[in-house]
Amino acid sequence: MSKENLKRSDIIFEQYGIKYKVFDRVIEFKSSELIIQELLDSGLKGRGGAGFPTGLKWKFAAQQESPEKIIICNADEGEPGTFKDREILLQVPRKVLSGMGICAKAIGANKGIIYLRGEYEYMLPELQAEVDFFNEHAKEKGLDFNIIIRLGSGAYVCGEETALIESIEGKRGEPRNKPPFPVINGLMEKPTVINNVETFVNVVLINKLGVERFNNLGTTDSRGSKLFSVSGDTKKPGVHELELGMKLSDFVDEFGDGDTKAVQVGGASGYCVPRRDFDKTIIGFEGIPTGGSMMLFNSTRSMYNVLHNFLEFFEEESCGQCTPCRVGTQQLRKGIEAIKSGERSCEYIDDLLKLTDTMKLTAKCGLGQSVGNSFNTIIKNFREEMLY
Amino acid sequence: MSSINLIIDGQKVEIEKGMTILEAAKKINVNIPTLCHHDDLCVAGNCRICVVEIEGRNRLEASCATPAEEGMVIKTNSPKVRRSRKTITELLLSEHAEECTKCYKNGNCELQDLTSEYFNENFRFLNLVPDKNYTIDKSSFALQYDPSKCVRCQRCVRTCAEIQGVNAISAAHKGKDMRISTFMEMNFAEVVCTNCGQCITHCPTGALTEHRYFEEIWEAIENPQKHVVVNTAPSVRVALGEPFGLEPGTIVTGQMVAALRKLGFDSILDTNFGADLTIIEEGHELLDRLKRALVDNDKSVKLPMITSCSPGWIKFIEHMFPNSLEHLSTCKSPQQMFGAMAKTYYAEKRGLDPKNIVSVAIMPCTAKKYEANRPEMKSSGYQDVDAGLTTRELALMIKQARIDFTKLEEEKFDSLMGESSGAADVFGATGGVMEAALRTVYELVTGREIPFDGLNITPVRGLDGIKEASIKFENCLPDFKFLEGVEAKCAVAHGLKNARTIMNQVAEGKSPYHFIEVMACPGGCIGGGGQPIPTTDEIRKKRIAAIYREDAGKPIRKSHANPEIIGIYKDYLEKPLGHKSHKLLHTHYTKRNRF
Ligand SMILES: Cc1cc2nc3c(=O)[nH]c(=O)nc-3n(C[C@H](O)[C@H](O)[C@H](O)COP(=O)(O)O)c2cc1C
Ligand code: SF4
Ligand code: SF4
Ligand code: SF4
Ligand code: SF4
Ligand code: FES
Repeated sequence: MSKENLKRSDIIFEQYGIKYKVFDRVIEFKSSELIIQELLDSGLKGRGGAGFPTGLKWKFAAQQESPEKIIICNADEGEPGTFKDREILLQVPRKVLSGMGICAKAIGANKGIIYLRGEYEYMLPELQAEVDFFNEHAKEKGLDFNIIIRLGSGAYVCGEETALIESIEGKRGEPRNKPPFPVINGLMEKPTVINNVETFVNVVLINKLGVERFNNLGTTDSRGSKLFSVSGDTKKPGVHELELGMKLSDFVDEFGDGDTKAVQVGGASGYCVPRRDFDKTIIGFEGIPTGGSMMLFNSTRSMYNVLHNFLEFFEEESCGQCTPCRVGTQQLRKGIEAIKSGERSCEYIDDLLKLTDTMKLTAKCGLGQSVGNSFNTIIKNFREEMLY
Repeated sequence: MSSINLIIDGQKVEIEKGMTILEAAKKINVNIPTLCHHDDLCVAGNCRICVVEIEGRNRLEASCATPAEEGMVIKTNSPKVRRSRKTITELLLSEHAEECTKCYKNGNCELQDLTSEYFNENFRFLNLVPDKNYTIDKSSFALQYDPSKCVRCQRCVRTCAEIQGVNAISAAHKGKDMRISTFMEMNFAEVVCTNCGQCITHCPTGALTEHRYFEEIWEAIENPQKHVVVNTAPSVRVALGEPFGLEPGTIVTGQMVAALRKLGFDSILDTNFGADLTIIEEGHELLDRLKRALVDNDKSVKLPMITSCSPGWIKFIEHMFPNSLEHLSTCKSPQQMFGAMAKTYYAEKRGLDPKNIVSVAIMPCTAKKYEANRPEMKSSGYQDVDAGLTTRELALMIKQARIDFTKLEEEKFDSLMGESSGAADVFGATGGVMEAALRTVYELVTGREIPFDGLNITPVRGLDGIKEASIKFENCLPDFKFLEGVEAKCAVAHGLKNARTIMNQVAEGKSPYHFIEVMACPGGCIGGGGQPIPTTDEIRKKRIAAIYREDAGKPIRKSHANPEIIGIYKDYLEKPLGHKSHKLLHTHYTKRNRF
């Protein structure tokens, strides 16, 4: 296999000349069916981490018969090492609002909510002004759709879509049982579409570029470009837009410091890839999907400490309602400590690996289910670092 | 309703759409373990012990929270499922102060049941208990909370919110610190809690239990100086058999009396006597209020009048509707009437010094423990009721004495406050106080028996949350001519959430009723917070049926026909609402705030 170079792109942050031009055209000329069909054809998958096909989600929502439907933009951005949504909201907020507006037309929603991470409160004045302008503009265009902003309550789990809904409803941020899914029964029991900030931006891109040009970006399984939040041992920390489907080795060539020993793809709930696998790892839905967090670690880093940090994060940030996650995260953290200190033998690692299997099988939401991703990949690749 | 087909453990099952996998499995007797699930409550899906494997899906799903779908192929006992359940049980235990041998719930604990099925000789996980700073809260007279026994299933939280609408407890903090807590993490004694104990009967473990007083009672029984009088509430006799393996709804009145005698109580009396007394006083109070309102045009009279025998309800209204307290009947509850009479009338008749009487009430209720300790409940000059024990505590005492309960010969209550009518029996079920009161009031007003077949006032019976009935007074006796043609409108509510609905009307001045009965617990006392665990609607119905059987079997069915009641007015109280009654049998209430 020949080494392909990294494909940078620059369409997400591109500033458009005329305010809301794409939005206006879509509202005027495209039917609900056409918007959704194009989205399905584009192959766009959600950018919030789970990668659910956006067109399908909207289609389900459009099929619901309800006088009221709701659109939520998930700007909770709590995954450690992710900060791309912040950049989007600072630089191209209009694209986000346009994407929500297009969704409103597509599914017949009348209410939009931006769930903004509590720490991003400082953005509020400017964003609110932009939202006010948009609401006025949408009304002028004959779209009955109004957006409001809600500040998040600071818990990571509130980024999970159903916990987010509970939180907006003023309840404790605990994920719900699914089904019913939010598109059927979401906020206030109304059909609700929840998408990531970047997903809404991509909707605008598809409508601006056309399906075909959008499809030329990325690979068959991973269409489009993607924002990556690059952090750790890198010369170029920050947000970078790259086409999906790249090889991790190409990424490391560009961003590594020459001594990269591992990359944590997808944040604390993602996967750790060691150097020897860089070459065979594709970043995208065919390989390792990611909400965009890329943490690079060089050889000075202790992977035990990295894992310990992640586990401390999870045992704090689990909502605590379900047994496998609440107790499992504590056992994992305490477990690696016990192995490190010699209180437990190294075979105990295998018991912990089995525990993560159970967590994946039985935890109620994505948080508990994905703790095992980082745990297993770090343990399997750096087992000796856990002991010594 | 459309039906769907699926396969569970190789067996075909046809069910109504909308049922969960758990319900579908139950239909074909496939038993899936549960912990956070309770038939009374909304689905939580948080313990994850009920997971099952669905063909074609990688992850397991919680059967209590997953709707069954057409064509599903489900395995409830695959290796994956078994391993997961075992791991989940182990995880729960690692957070748990496993002290079954020192635990009140030993032998009646859903976690313990799980461990007997999914025990692991090679327990893998580390003990998390030392990290937790668990402290036991015994501040409340009614309940105690031991967080080290809590599995965080939130059944208590859902109970307090959904059934009672009180929200005294909630889940607090997240992650490893998540725990069940009260407002501002204050003690149970300090928060808005009605002491109803419904959280206790819905708790699967030993985390929430009643504050127990039976050790003190053992001591009193041993003490030769003390004359220990015990009285038993109507609903205890239809539930006490359950801890001894009898079917719910078995009537064990005679065995209960025999057991109490064997335990060494000096006198075995009946709270039902207190219930009959309550009806006399409360019936006259209602008529008095009606007269003052209709004849004297007295604007200060508050109607509807609302019953006051459920102390959980009293605490609720004091907190939630402090401006409506004048609607409450001033009558004490049967327990407190009984207590006051025990240390006055009974003491006098028996020639005993009331200071040596220990009065014990066996109750289906935990709020009764609080009620006994209310400062105003000292009208005899002493604490009228020394202790309220639950049905469960009594069962434990009987077991400690190693009495073979089911083999006991039936015995009778002692005399003087041991006789009662069927009307007192029905106090134990929702609608019962209303029924008993109407039987007496109607006859007082018209001189005739209430015109219901067999005296059974069916509209106020059953488990509907709010029930209504009305009765028209015709051909009234001369004293009650003012009621001629009047249709008395009555309502019955049980469960505090229903009580709130009724009270909102009262508070807004829009209540159409004259008389309202409220019981704090769903089903009335037979579903009380001190009753055997489990309590579900199925069990409530059986206990209620037993109550009505007990009533129907009594020679005397009306409170005013109870000869001991007639006697006590003749010998001691003189007349209903009289001077002595006011001193001993009536009380007042306290305004409280909502937090
Ligand atoms: C614990 C947890 C945290 C999450 N946090 C976020 C988040 O901060 N932002 C986000 O867009 N999605 C987050 N998600 C994913 C959302 O649940 C949901 O899948 C997503 O918002 C859907 O949007 P998309 O389809 O556009 O990606 C999180 C999921 C989990 C399980
Ligand atoms: S997996 Fe964790 S975060 Fe998700 S519901 Fe369970 S305890 Fe809460
Ligand atoms: S709560 Fe249950 S499992 Fe825990 S100590 Fe008590 S009986 Fe044992
Ligand atoms: S005793 Fe009743 S009011 Fe108090 S916490 Fe329990 S359920 Fe709620
Ligand atoms: S106190 Fe009991 S009912 Fe409440 S969460 Fe704990 S174990 Fe469950
Ligand atoms: S019983 Fe189903 S998750 Fe607890």
